[in-house]
Amino acid sequence: MSIAEFFKMGGYAFYVWGAYGVTLLAFIVEILLVSHKRKTTLQQVRLMLEARGEV
Amino acid sequence: MKIRQKRLMFIVAGVLGVGVAAWLVLNALKKNVSLYFTPTQVMNKEAPQGRSFRIGGLVEAGSLQREKDGLSVKFIITDTVKSMPVIYKGILPDLFKEGKGVVAQGKMEADGVMHADEVLAKHDENYMPPEAKDALQRAQVAMSGVAAASAITVVK
Amino acid sequence: MAINWFKYSAPSTFYGLAGRLVPWFAVPAAVLFVIGLYIGFFVAPKDAVQGEAYRIIFIHVPASILSMFLYLVMAGYAALGLIFNTRLSSMMATALAPTGALFAFISLWTGALWGKPMWGAWWVWDARLTSELILLFLYFGFIALHASIDDPRRADRAAALLAIVGSVNVPIIYFSVKWWNTLHQGSTIKFSGTSMHVAMQQSMFTLLLACWLYAVAVTLVRVRSIILERERNTLWVSELKEVGL
Repeated sequence: MSIAEFFKMGGYAFYVWGAYGVTLLAFIVEILLVSHKRKTTLQQVRLMLEARGEV
Repeated sequence: MKIRQKRLMFIVAGVLGVGVAAWLVLNALKKNVSLYFTPTQVMNKEAPQGRSFRIGGLVEAGSLQREKDGLSVKFIITDTVKSMPVIYKGILPDLFKEGKGVVAQGKMEADGVMHADEVLAKHDENYMPPEAKDALQRAQVAMSGVAAASAITVVK
Repeated sequence: MAINWFKYSAPSTFYGLAGRLVPWFAVPAAVLFVIGLYIGFFVAPKDAVQGEAYRIIFIHVPASILSMFLYLVMAGYAALGLIFNTRLSSMMATALAPTGALFAFISLWTGALWGKPMWGAWWVWDARLTSELILLFLYFGFIALHASIDDPRRADRAAALLAIVGSVNVPIIYFSVKWWNTLHQGSTIKFSGTSMHVAMQQSMFTLLLACWLYAVAVTLVRVRSIILERERNTLWVSELKEVGL
């Protein structure tokens, strides 16, 4: 199977790559959101403790 | 009884209650939940009269006729007991094939023919490479040969 | 030696454990995604009926299974939180919901992209598709209900009730193709086995395992943030080294 044939997916390229592409994108977005949330949460806790003068 | 046991009982009873209620509702709506009617149901006048509905079954082998305009097709939907003619003008899905599953939506006209405005293909849950399918078909033919041969011996 | 499991039901202990566990799920998930996709695209043959388009199944079925499985796990945790009044169980339920919703979305999305070329329609209102859509809305409902109540313990209880009642939908999704006429085909994975060629099965089950590992990893990271947020006034949080300046 040639590379061009592989990407053509027997004429179903739009559907197959659309399914896998959006899935991959969804995973990436979720990973970014989750790690962003971790950063902001840590920052908030830090700020709160600073305000209370505990750190 | 401890409070947590009580809570557990409430939850179990609640889920059971909702489950039974859901089952009753869905059972009562069985016809509405089902996507299509079979030709037998249509013959028994269970399908709605005078408005659009879906009919599902297999495309009868050898029944597909293409009209001269190149777009209209005529075929027969069967559930192996009863069958129903369908006329459709439009693009057929890739998997539409004689002997395969199909669901057509349209209106039953006075001529007893369904005039469909949408035809969908229904496929099964078996996935295999083409060679395996060929082998399977050959095996089926061989088996039917054996069956025919044994039927002949029985007749003798 | 017996492990004291109850020790890990304390948010303070679980926070550290979860952090140590994340790489053990995330790394195998990434490796198995690559292996599963390799088998799916380079080893598995094309399908006799559907040609190359059937390859969507390798992600469609795992995503659908995970969307149902995660819902049951979420409802289970929510019920534990309700019965035993354990904070951590409720936090786990809250952490699972977004990932469950994501898998329900992937299931619907890949299903639409598979349905259009094969059936001839992106969407039909048959029992299987509709009940999966309801599952997505149940996830949204759980998340929204939890977010709309300020007091976290009250939010836990209200959302838990919704999650538990909604779990009735999961068997409906699974058996819908048996109980009613649907356009959707029957289940590929049945209790009696599968109806698939071997290499196709290997790809699908590898990706199923990868998706599960991914879901666990993401949930653990998310639950750590939730624990920090909800326990921010405790001594152990102020003593964490990642919080210290």
